[in-house]
Amino acid sequence: MRLIRTLFIAATGALAAVGLATAAGEYRTPEDYRFSFDGPFSSFDRGAVQRGFYVFNQVCAACHSLEHLSIRHLGQPGGPFHDPEYPNPNDNPVVRAIAAEYIVEDGPDDYGDMFERPGRPADGFPQPYANEAQGRAANNGAYPPDLSIITRARHYGAPYIRSLMMGYGEEPPEGVTVGEGLYYNPYFPGGLIAMPPQLQDGLLTYNDGTEATVEQMATDVTEFLAWASDPHMEQRKQLGLMVLAYLVILCGLLFFTYRQVWSKVKH
Amino acid sequence: MSGPSTYEPKTGFTRWLDSRLPVVRLGWDSFVDFPTPRNLNYWYTFGGILTVCLMIQIITGIVLAMHYVPHIDHAFASVQRIDRDVNYGWLIRSIHAVGASMFFLAVYMHIFRGLYYGSYKAPRELLWILGVVIYLLMMAAAFLGYVLPWGQMSYWGAMVITNLLGAFPLIGGPITEWLWGGFSVGNATLNRFFSLHYLIPFLIAGVVGLHVWALHVPGNNNPTGIDVKSNRDTLPFHPYYTSKDGFAIVLFMVIFAFFVFYWPDALGHSDNFIPADPLVTPALIVPEWYLLPFYAILRAVPDKLGGVLLMFGAIGVLFILPWLDTSKVRSMRYRPLARWFFGFFVLACLGLGWAGAALPDDPVPGLGAVGVDFLMMGRVLTVYYFAYFLVILPILGFVEKPASRPASIEESVLGNSSQSAPAAVPAE
Repeated sequence: MRLIRTLFIAATGALAAVGLATAAGEYRTPEDYRFSFDGPFSSFDRGAVQRGFYVFNQVCAACHSLEHLSIRHLGQPGGPFHDPEYPNPNDNPVVRAIAAEYIVEDGPDDYGDMFERPGRPADGFPQPYANEAQGRAANNGAYPPDLSIITRARHYGAPYIRSLMMGYGEEPPEGVTVGEGLYYNPYFPGGLIAMPPQLQDGLLTYNDGTEATVEQMATDVTEFLAWASDPHMEQRKQLGLMVLAYLVILCGLLFFTYRQVWSKVKH
Repeated sequence: MSGPSTYEPKTGFTRWLDSRLPVVRLGWDSFVDFPTPRNLNYWYTFGGILTVCLMIQIITGIVLAMHYVPHIDHAFASVQRIDRDVNYGWLIRSIHAVGASMFFLAVYMHIFRGLYYGSYKAPRELLWILGVVIYLLMMAAAFLGYVLPWGQMSYWGAMVITNLLGAFPLIGGPITEWLWGGFSVGNATLNRFFSLHYLIPFLIAGVVGLHVWALHVPGNNNPTGIDVKSNRDTLPFHPYYTSKDGFAIVLFMVIFAFFVFYWPDALGHSDNFIPADPLVTPALIVPEWYLLPFYAILRAVPDKLGGVLLMFGAIGVLFILPWLDTSKVRSMRYRPLARWFFGFFVLACLGLGWAGAALPDDPVPGLGAVGVDFLMMGRVLTVYYFAYFLVILPILGFVEKPASRPASIEESVLGNSSQSAPAAVPAE
């Protein structure tokens, strides 16, 4: 009983600490959505991540970078185009084909000149702008944030990204003036966002036959960005299961050891 | 409590060693034969848990330092590289980040246990003070470490905390610039913070050595707070407490692993995944959860210097606690009034943490109707925090009538019919 009481108090302390996270700024709580990767045993929906990469490539990549990812990450274990036949993602033909579609600057060559060549899996994703000033100039003063870790960098994570992408089109409430170059989106802190609405039904054609509704595209691209933010999630959960199982069994054995050791003394 | 050594070297080599450098004897006397009160409960396992926490932080930290780049242009990206490309980097970084929170969770249990059972009282004043020194060093290490990923909260946290020192008249400005290595938080700051973050854990390890030494002279306190009177009150540390601590450590590891593998971001702030930007201030700058109570105390005072002094005072008062508590009774188990005030004190600390996380002007849920905002709550609880040490404990010793205590640890364990209690025998 003493153990249970100790544990209970410890757990209360931990929960109190967790519950302290707060948020500031006026915005609507994102719509609750059960992603395929929610929950302790779940994994990413491979099809959704692939479609999401397509949406990212066709829509988001025009303004948003993916600075901390390399193209080869797409073919890593857990990645959208991973193929067990190619343990080295640099050999993965799908990843190589995706890389080859990008033009990257390389060099200097033997004459000191920079040159352009098709991308390779080891390259990073090309940046849409040469620098932040160029990005701001092209976007009415607002800088499109890097999307490498976006679902971990926002308070509500993946549901926030999904709701934000679907959150356009409402009339702003009275008293809210939408300035030039701004759009009303109730999920964005403050409600006024510089990013224009990006998704519309039928904007893209998925080659797996999925109908490209706004909701579908928003969900898919969020799934892709969640993978990009946490590419080792599946490995983490699998390893976690083994580690926890090991620790729980060890814990049980040690408990009985402890009881056995103490069985002859009063305490 | 450490009596004559019972170690007997058995082989030629150990005899040779023992007459030159008796380390085996030291280990034997400290961790095998060491007489330990037989009634220690699970609250006493956090010392062992904390040792493990420190080792985990040092080992994971050394590996992380091999991959981390302490430069404002590269720090954030290098952390991302650890998460994405370094073999099991995501795991090592997750253990280190979650480990900091677990370390503080355990140290708070350890400190509250010491407060409740009166472990700070004579003859353990130095033991307690060394513990407070360790706690101070831990807070410094945690703050410095939080700056290293160079996210938004890293940068702005460093900005807020270093600026606090500027509150001191005359010397404040020069001290702040000296800490920064410049005129703002910048690359020089990040570099020295990394250097100091690597240094402090080894200082902690050193003070832990003194802490254990200071523990092994008077021996453990125990839940009754009564001194050990005979060897019937004690058990050898091994196997009794190695088995109990071992079980508790692994149980703690289960909670630790749960966070590492299934909820790694729960104890951090999402803003720290945004690279530091000196031009964009986060909507709400908050420290990590374990420092929030002190943040609330800081904000409770309208004057900046006053707030800083009070915040440091909140730790400083712990140093003189052994002389503030006037009661002759150690354990609050036998102090009917003190245990209530202690309960409120724990609640006050949790409440201060809550107030530290919230916007000061926001109404407190449930109390907003009567006009209580978090600032008000923080102020009331700050007053209680200090009153507990400076008013309540000093006065209680004179006015409180302690409950009757058992004559010995043995009696508390076995009841009054302790005549035929068997002496401790090693487990088979």
